[in-house]
Amino acid sequence: MHIYLPIAEMSVNIFAILGIGAGIGVLSGIFGVGGGFLMTPVLIFIGVPSPVAVATGANQIVASSVSGAMAHWRRGNVDVKMGLMLLVGGFIGSTGGVFVFRWLQTLGQIDLVIKLSYVIFLGIIGGLMAAESLRAVLRARRPVKGGRGKLHEHNWLHGLPFKMRFRKSKLYISALLPIGVGAFVGVLSAIMGVGGGFVMVPAMIYLLGMPTTVVIGTSLFQILFVTGNATFLQATLNQTVDVVLALLLLIGGVIGAQFGTKLGAKMKGEQLRGLLAAMVLIVCGKLLFDLVLEPADLYSLTAPGGE
Amino acid sequence: MARARTLFTRRRLGALLLLALTTLGLSAAALHLAPTPRPAQAAEQLVADLDDHLVAITAGFTGTELLLFGSIEGTGEVVVVVHGPKEDVVVRRKDRIAGVWVNRAEMTFKGVPAFYHVATSAPREALNLPDTALRRHQIGVENIRLRLAEGENPDMRQPFAEAIVRNKIRVGHYSEEAGRVEWRGGRLFRTTVLIPANVPVGTYTVETLLVQGGEVVSAQTTPLFVNKEGFGAQVFRAANMFPAYYGLAAILIAGFAGFAANWIFRKL
Repeated sequence: MHIYLPIAEMSVNIFAILGIGAGIGVLSGIFGVGGGFLMTPVLIFIGVPSPVAVATGANQIVASSVSGAMAHWRRGNVDVKMGLMLLVGGFIGSTGGVFVFRWLQTLGQIDLVIKLSYVIFLGIIGGLMAAESLRAVLRARRPVKGGRGKLHEHNWLHGLPFKMRFRKSKLYISALLPIGVGAFVGVLSAIMGVGGGFVMVPAMIYLLGMPTTVVIGTSLFQILFVTGNATFLQATLNQTVDVVLALLLLIGGVIGAQFGTKLGAKMKGEQLRGLLAAMVLIVCGKLLFDLVLEPADLYSLTAPGGE
Repeated sequence: MARARTLFTRRRLGALLLLALTTLGLSAAALHLAPTPRPAQAAEQLVADLDDHLVAITAGFTGTELLLFGSIEGTGEVVVVVHGPKEDVVVRRKDRIAGVWVNRAEMTFKGVPAFYHVATSAPREALNLPDTALRRHQIGVENIRLRLAEGENPDMRQPFAEAIVRNKIRVGHYSEEAGRVEWRGGRLFRTTVLIPANVPVGTYTVETLLVQGGEVVSAQTTPLFVNKEGFGAQVFRAANMFPAYYGLAAILIAGFAGFAANWIFRKL
């Protein structure tokens, strides 16, 4: 059964799209990740124009982060003050990002920038995860020695001005830190169509030194609003949000995520991480391969203005 | 923000222009369809029509086949040329930079037909048409008129123009091979035009030519409208005419869907 996607302007098989949504939903359920960083490349692989894939990806993440953010809110795992600071940065970053997106589109370079950003980020994250899970497997074979190190150390980051007290996170740090992290993640969500949890969670733990209990809830809280902002701006400036595609993906996604969560509970942590790392590296490799391989036709056509 | 505002107004102007153009096109079409008194001889020489003047792209659209039929008086061969709406196209060439293929040189063309199809009742050589006639009526993909935008260097034109034709053939919007116009009993002819699923929307013109002795002696133009219709069209229109509301709706729909899914699975 085919359906015509009005913004992507292509006819696709409904079940293929539902399947992609479900597949990525299962993965995000198993690994506890948003899945945006896999969704956008997969959409590009099946022929959705990259600008539409990115904008629609952001829209779909709004749906998948709502339920998570609400659950954490109820449990009181959201540091609202920290979230708001991250959000200030997030709005600046995603707004700037969408304008850069539009500019790159008129230059005809948006495709390249989207794919290159994916290659770089997926490469770094996949590599780090692979190394980490390898180390964990090796460690598991040897007896554990020594306790936990210091939670965080004082360095130049703590000398920054505009210090603020974040009670829930038990932190007294410069407001510039969360704003900076938020802005960086905002740019990513505008240009790559991701929530950015895979960058923000490590940044919150290692850079800001937040306790892990509030990290996930706070990052979901910020992702919800930042992807919302990115969706709105992509829709108004670039007209690249395909609601039909987003709806199909999220229907598949929410169902898949439910099974994924149950499946993930039965699997071992290290194996999971290794599996996810392998998958991230495969997607990264495929994107890199496409960029390096000589294209079948060196010439490409677009409408003026890039749409 | 100032930039954003100018963008909006430009868009609105574009929409108005589009509306004006469509109305013009429609009235032109109406003029064509209206029974106007014509010289009796010319009217009888060539008559052609389409089985349907409207192609509606709905949610389930997977392409369609249109039938063009007609009759001629006396002898001769028939050529049918289908042109899609005209659009501006930017052609970019990739070059290798540090191992990665990057868009570099670009060239803008004006009034490129979004769709092109030709069908003939005899092989093209047998029509004996001079090159000037082939070019004037744009018979064959190499004769499609591709105008450069102002300020472009005409010396560089050739590879970029060829790239347009090649890329359009690849996506099925141009056909390299001429289709066949079939004869039914000497005077009647028919041909089919395949409209693919990814067809561009707009006003098409179907030009039917009667060729006698290496000369185009009669021509008839029939309009064809390709429109998006149904739910998909409304979504597309909303996205382009009310982008802010569309964006808000997209967020609300996503938020509500996430909320609903969460609720349903908690009940299960």
